[in-house]
Amino acid sequence: VTVAAVPEVGPPRPLRPPRVSQRALANGLRVSVARRAGIPRFEVSLRIPTVLAGRADLAARQLVLAETLLSGTATATSVEISEAAQRLGGSLSTSADADWVVVSGSALSVSVVPFLRLLAEVVCEATFPAAEVALQRDRVVQEIVLARSQPETIARDALVARYFGRHAYGRGTPEPEAVAGVRPAALRAARDNRLLPSGSELVLVGDVAAPRALDAVESALGGWRGPARATSDHQLARPAPPAPGPTVIVDRPGAVQTNIRLAGPAVPRGHADFPPLMLANMIFGGYFTSRLVDNIRERRGYTYSPGSGVEHRQVASTFTVAADVGRDVTAAALVEILYELGRMVSTLADPAELEAARRYVQGTLAMAIQTQAGLTSYLATLASSGLGIEYLREYPRLLNQVTVEAVREVSGRYLAPTRLITVMVGDARIIRAGVEALVDVELQSRRESAG
Amino acid sequence: VASRTKLPHLALSVDRFALANGLRVVLSPDRSAPTVGIAVFYDVGFRSEPEGRSGFAHLFEHLMFQGSASLDKGEADRLIEGNGGLANGSTHSDYTNYISQLPVNALELGLFLEADRMRAARLTEDNLRNQIEVVKEEIRVNVLNRPYGGFPWIDLPPVMFDTFNNAHDGYGSFADLESATIADAADFFRRYYCPANAVLSVAGDLDPDSTRAFVQEHFGGIPRRRAPKVPDCFEPLPDRERRSSMVDPLAPVPAMAVGYRVPDPIARLDEYLALVVASEVLAGGEPSRLYQRLVKHDRVATHTFAMVGTFGDPFDVRDPTMLQLLAYLPPGVGVDPVLVAIDEEVSKLSAGPEPAEVDRVVTAMVSDYVRHLDSVLERAMTIGILEQQRHQPELVNELPAALARITPTQVAAAVGRWMGGPGRAVLEVVPGAAA
Repeated sequence: VTVAAVPEVGPPRPLRPPRVSQRALANGLRVSVARRAGIPRFEVSLRIPTVLAGRADLAARQLVLAETLLSGTATATSVEISEAAQRLGGSLSTSADADWVVVSGSALSVSVVPFLRLLAEVVCEATFPAAEVALQRDRVVQEIVLARSQPETIARDALVARYFGRHAYGRGTPEPEAVAGVRPAALRAARDNRLLPSGSELVLVGDVAAPRALDAVESALGGWRGPARATSDHQLARPAPPAPGPTVIVDRPGAVQTNIRLAGPAVPRGHADFPPLMLANMIFGGYFTSRLVDNIRERRGYTYSPGSGVEHRQVASTFTVAADVGRDVTAAALVEILYELGRMVSTLADPAELEAARRYVQGTLAMAIQTQAGLTSYLATLASSGLGIEYLREYPRLLNQVTVEAVREVSGRYLAPTRLITVMVGDARIIRAGVEALVDVELQSRRESAG
Repeated sequence: VASRTKLPHLALSVDRFALANGLRVVLSPDRSAPTVGIAVFYDVGFRSEPEGRSGFAHLFEHLMFQGSASLDKGEADRLIEGNGGLANGSTHSDYTNYISQLPVNALELGLFLEADRMRAARLTEDNLRNQIEVVKEEIRVNVLNRPYGGFPWIDLPPVMFDTFNNAHDGYGSFADLESATIADAADFFRRYYCPANAVLSVAGDLDPDSTRAFVQEHFGGIPRRRAPKVPDCFEPLPDRERRSSMVDPLAPVPAMAVGYRVPDPIARLDEYLALVVASEVLAGGEPSRLYQRLVKHDRVATHTFAMVGTFGDPFDVRDPTMLQLLAYLPPGVGVDPVLVAIDEEVSKLSAGPEPAEVDRVVTAMVSDYVRHLDSVLERAMTIGILEQQRHQPELVNELPAALARITPTQVAAAVGRWMGGPGRAVLEVVPGAAA
């Protein structure tokens, strides 16, 4: 068989950031639009800051608020709302976390005016009819039961509880009982006091000329009214970094795998440490050709899809590691994870490893903002991080300046095993002794949810 | 009554040609895109596997990332990712694909790597053993360690079908995976991974002339081998209901799937499309008939879904396949009241949907279809499979109009014929983890 020569690859094209037009409406809503004409559609994302005091019933209310926002207005039932969206070649959906209620949708670009009117109607005039709220609460309860039967949800809930404790970010999936107790009157109060234009960000991307899109948004949502928001009202307290402590094993008897999760404090996108941290993360476990994947998947076969990442919430960024490993190799996999983390901290990366990570982050950034949906999501992230579109020029340039020394330095700050907390979900009877030989262990039994 | 939204007209360019060794190539240039998507489809999926070799097509897909005659294990991935690209592969009932998305400066590299994979695999015992372990962990994470892990794609086919090809688990049994050998892999490569059994599809910012030259340069020298026959998976339609019940030890609530055979997706496209539209009328989101009936009115389900095809893409599958209605039920609810309600709704639909209902559903379907084509990689994949299974890559532009032509009468007739009889598969998932 002939051995073929790998073709040369020329220099990458510089990223071309899209033109973004912005307008601040009189009611405080900030609007960003970008034209992307690949297909005759558009995407829209509206993020409304809705802060929690950290009480369990408020986390549940936030979730039910999002899940019932589309359940009716003075003039349309829930079915009529979703039928109207379909007729416009689109769909509307909602979600919530501790920072935001998000209303997102997309439709054919010929429908931009009526679709934005529909979106505005549900945001401004949702009435939360009692029968619909009761139905949706039952559905949400069932979804919680289904989610909590999934090992990744159990692991995520255990990780945020261990990491953030009593902070709002530590809430995880709400309790079904708290969801069942949310009343329509509380939702209407939340609509009036929390779903406010001031501080909200709307992003629209698609095959629509920017002035027309801005006018359509202003005409639909300019009449959205509400009290001005005090800054203090939408600032969550910054959570304290977690105290080091034993590895938590959440017992899941019979589990054939162990879900290993590690997390520690990181920095937001605008911080000077972020570009080198992102590259350290890539080299360690951020993509397929990383050290972690090479070690515990491609050399040892312990796992299918291990990885690491940097996650951002409004007032907390974290570095996280995740690996779902065969239960019999739990301790062996932990040894390798700690070894690879330690190697990032104590030795310099190969310059070729750094260059590959840099090209990957730059190349996949260009891909992420190529589609209407991808660019919408990216612009929404920038807007909610307080970063402007110029970040799209700045970030690739900052990545170019990162050295192997800088990677080792930030690894010491953010990847050091001593700075990370560890949670495992697995069959304690089988995995405990092996893990305990390596690290201190605290055993937890699972929080059972009503089925 | 609202007037119908004007449906978009798609005009993606589609250039086809073939090399002397039998490789079929489709290019879809779009100079406005900053990247390129590359997809290679091999006409072999898990329905080609013989008894005793369940899961082999998927295991083999993993082996194709383990090096070639020219490149060591991991080197192809390092070249793709280290030049700012993404790569992956996936195994389906009727095909296996290898996909990448790259910056335009790496187009030739991406084509070279696919040609390199097709030219000669590097099959070693160590890599085989390693990937058997990785695949076992993949099965644990996706199936064994979670509730509803094989629901419905692994669990429903053995209820509906009798032949090994159609009924078996495409992930494979651990026993079959562990008994795989290098000789099996070499034989599989020789048989299925030849240019005449493959389609190369490239979409995005590419120059058609230079891309054609790259394709000729890198793929042209791969020797021609005769393509294997597409397996004959024919099964007669069931003449009675087939029911099965399984306990899922991790499931907290009951679930159910109802499978109906559908017309040949390729030979009888219009009737097939009528059933795809019917599946949306029945269970496409909140306005759908089954959501309104089962979830809102009767309260015998909490979630309803429908899909056509193995994994829910109606246009990447050959006959025989299924329309599947899926539901999660509240604790304690059995399948019988749900089936009674489904039968009533199917019967009503066979009397004819409202014209406005079909218009609305088709508008949403077309818009959704257009949405997924925003990505150059999705374009390459869609066009590639249309070429492989139908020899009709231009259908990518014609499907919206074909959907828009479906009439309420066609929907009613297709539902009556394919969903109205006794022959169907019903699977009940009994929760083993109920509180």
